[in-house]
Amino acid sequence: MTKIIVDGAELDVPAEYTLLQACEAAGKEIPRFCYHERLSIAGNCRMCLVEVKGGPPKPMASCANTVRDLRPGPNGEPPVVLTNSPMVKKAREGVMEFLLINHPLDCPICDQGGECDLQDQALAYGRDRSRYSESKHAVENKYIGPLVKTEMTRCIHCTRCVRFTAEICGTSDMGMIGRGEDSEITTYLEQAMTSELQGNVADLCPVGALLPKPQNFRARPWEYNKTPGIDVMDALGSAIRIDTRGREVMRILPRVNEAVNEEWISDKTRQIVDGLKTQRLDRPFVRENGKLRPATWQQAFGAIAAKVRTTPAGKIGFIGGDLCSVEDLFAAKALAEALGTKNIDARQDGARLDPALGRASYIFNPTVEGVDRADALLIVGSNPRWESPVLNARIRRRWRAGQFPIALIGEPFDLTYSYDYLGAGAEILAGIAKNQESGEGFGEILAKVERPMILVGQGALAREDGAAILALAAKLGAPKGDWTGLAVLHTAASRVGALDIGFVPGAGGLDAQQMAKAGAQDVVFLVGADEISVEPGAFVVYIGSHGDRGAHRADVILPGAAYTEKSGTYVNTEGRAQMSDRAAFPPGEAREDWAIFRALSASLGKPLPFDSLAQLRGKLYASYPWLGAIDAIAASDTARLAALPGGALGQGALVSAISDFYLTNPIARASRVMGECSALAKARRTAQAAE
Amino acid sequence: MQLVSSAKALLLKEFVDAFFLSFRYLLKPKATLNYPHEKNPQSPRYRGEHALRRYPNGEERCIACKLCEAICPAQAITIEAAPRGNDGTRRTTRYDIDMTKCIYCGFCQEACPVDAIVEGPNSEFAVETREELFFDKQRLLDNGAIWEREIARNLAADAPYR
Repeated sequence: MTKIIVDGAELDVPAEYTLLQACEAAGKEIPRFCYHERLSIAGNCRMCLVEVKGGPPKPMASCANTVRDLRPGPNGEPPVVLTNSPMVKKAREGVMEFLLINHPLDCPICDQGGECDLQDQALAYGRDRSRYSESKHAVENKYIGPLVKTEMTRCIHCTRCVRFTAEICGTSDMGMIGRGEDSEITTYLEQAMTSELQGNVADLCPVGALLPKPQNFRARPWEYNKTPGIDVMDALGSAIRIDTRGREVMRILPRVNEAVNEEWISDKTRQIVDGLKTQRLDRPFVRENGKLRPATWQQAFGAIAAKVRTTPAGKIGFIGGDLCSVEDLFAAKALAEALGTKNIDARQDGARLDPALGRASYIFNPTVEGVDRADALLIVGSNPRWESPVLNARIRRRWRAGQFPIALIGEPFDLTYSYDYLGAGAEILAGIAKNQESGEGFGEILAKVERPMILVGQGALAREDGAAILALAAKLGAPKGDWTGLAVLHTAASRVGALDIGFVPGAGGLDAQQMAKAGAQDVVFLVGADEISVEPGAFVVYIGSHGDRGAHRADVILPGAAYTEKSGTYVNTEGRAQMSDRAAFPPGEAREDWAIFRALSASLGKPLPFDSLAQLRGKLYASYPWLGAIDAIAASDTARLAALPGGALGQGALVSAISDFYLTNPIARASRVMGECSALAKARRTAQAAE
Repeated sequence: MQLVSSAKALLLKEFVDAFFLSFRYLLKPKATLNYPHEKNPQSPRYRGEHALRRYPNGEERCIACKLCEAICPAQAITIEAAPRGNDGTRRTTRYDIDMTKCIYCGFCQEACPVDAIVEGPNSEFAVETREELFFDKQRLLDNGAIWEREIARNLAADAPYR
């Protein structure tokens, strides 16, 4: 700790703090454009100039100098930083004036207007009039992809976007070419950016040079109602802010949650917005003579009741979907229990995960924050770049910090960091487990390091030998002190919650794959389940928000609410229960899913014991108390991992559970923007394969 | 004292004074106007009926910055914006003013960076139903077309003081 005086107040800060951090610790605000807490320091905007005593007699860039760069006074007085002196004021006004020389005066037509750093800081620190009457420079706009619109004349060359793509995304899509006034930010060949996190550059841009393209000219920041929510596009459960205008969801932005997504979100999370408006189910439908016909709720319930009444309990099944909240699945499970069926399952992909084996066997035990502390990583049958891009960025950051050997078993893929490719077969995992004992190859590394992480994807678990792979992985990532290395990376936002509340077949019940077989069931309820195809024969009731695969197969459709339209609990892959607020209302006659189950249960003559969401939550928390601890990860019994039942390993290569990042769920498939991104990514892969 | 007032009452002094007063005003110029055939002179800053203006080449001025909507203290303005189909410029797809809410404060005109929304000189737009006072974009643009000459003259007259 070093002493420093900021504006007359003496404080103790670590010597490696930058002056900017020291000033912030003292509660002083320093204007900045290029400096960002999560990116490397560039020091090129010069907005953060401060006056120092104990350093050079000129304004100093506070972001690029550390406290230890300053000398103490002749009698050992601590160095002094002034953030409000006349010199600083003059320096800021000068910098602002230079920045504004080439910045167009088009705030009225700029979408950043109202949330623009340059606008705010020009107001706070700039001069009130311009002395510049010469002509301004203009830069041609670049195409950098379907998600980010450019208005390059507005660029102030802070290079945040360049540093973001190079450091966080790891794709080095963007760069700055040219010198001085001629410097331009570009993707070199005007190609679309390739990262799954590219949407974040629009947030990072302090001016209106990079803007979200789908939201082009639609609304002003002050018009939005901002609702905190939880993302369901992947199992990470990123914290998001849902901005609505009137009844319409306009955009989705990240919220800061250091433990989960820091301040990034993936493109799918961000630009799914238009999918929430298309292909929506806004009224119940009943299939008559092979065609779906709009119906009233009463008629739809009547059709279901008529069918269910004549069906034995053992022939009724419930399949839970990937985007459901815990409340929805809890209500569905309660209805299944009331009907007396044991055929319930939320594992559409057939992942061999069983809540009976303990919670530690299906969650990301090291936690997402734990990635920063891990010392070695083995990826088994997963492609984290697609299954959870934000988590992948965290892994990449850990890899950049060094001393982090990574190996992969499964499909080789450009994960934005280098890794040892060990092969594709499951037997390689068994080999590593053997090596761990004998001390060779990657097994030796895993045995030696203190905190190894074994990231197991759904691609490895949704196989016949999934349980054996899980047991092997659990052995490799066995608990060492307070560290457990087994990290199950889920792809479905609802999965951990579903396993937590036991949305799996009871004794003698059928699992999702078996239920989908022809003749297995007479009535199948698809609770937002679109990733499984129920074979002909069964009477299918689809409860969900979008007209996708499930709705096409259905005999009765009950329109539900999408994730922005209901308050729900989601448990992310590390077992963290998080609650999302309602931002909008479901369209037309659609209702929240739990309410549909409540109403349906009454017309089936078996009313469920709750009439409001609060009562439902009361019942939920009474049965599963750890779900009531919002934002916390309940401790799990990791000792039980040793007792996982193994089995024989099968043949065949491990593949990732996701084949197209942009089209993994019904909302994404309804989104035009995601379709465009998917087509671009596909074309890129084909071009790469042809080379 | 009582004598003086009694004398005034007896001689009907107030009545006589009133006759003289009326007679004086009879000879003075008239203060009333024969509205609507005659009208008072109007300040160039007069805040009357709203209009959306166009540039001389016919391009609408409004760029959908929504500053008028934001400043409006009566929340009478509703704007929806989108890129225009043919050239992708920022334009309004909807520009409504609820004239029953409007308080004619003129803030919209002050806020407008391109002099698109203005309060023109017209105050004679009385209507028979409320619905006719919900002005849409077309009505406002039509107002602009009708009043453009007067509006431009007023803006030019007021320009030196801005």
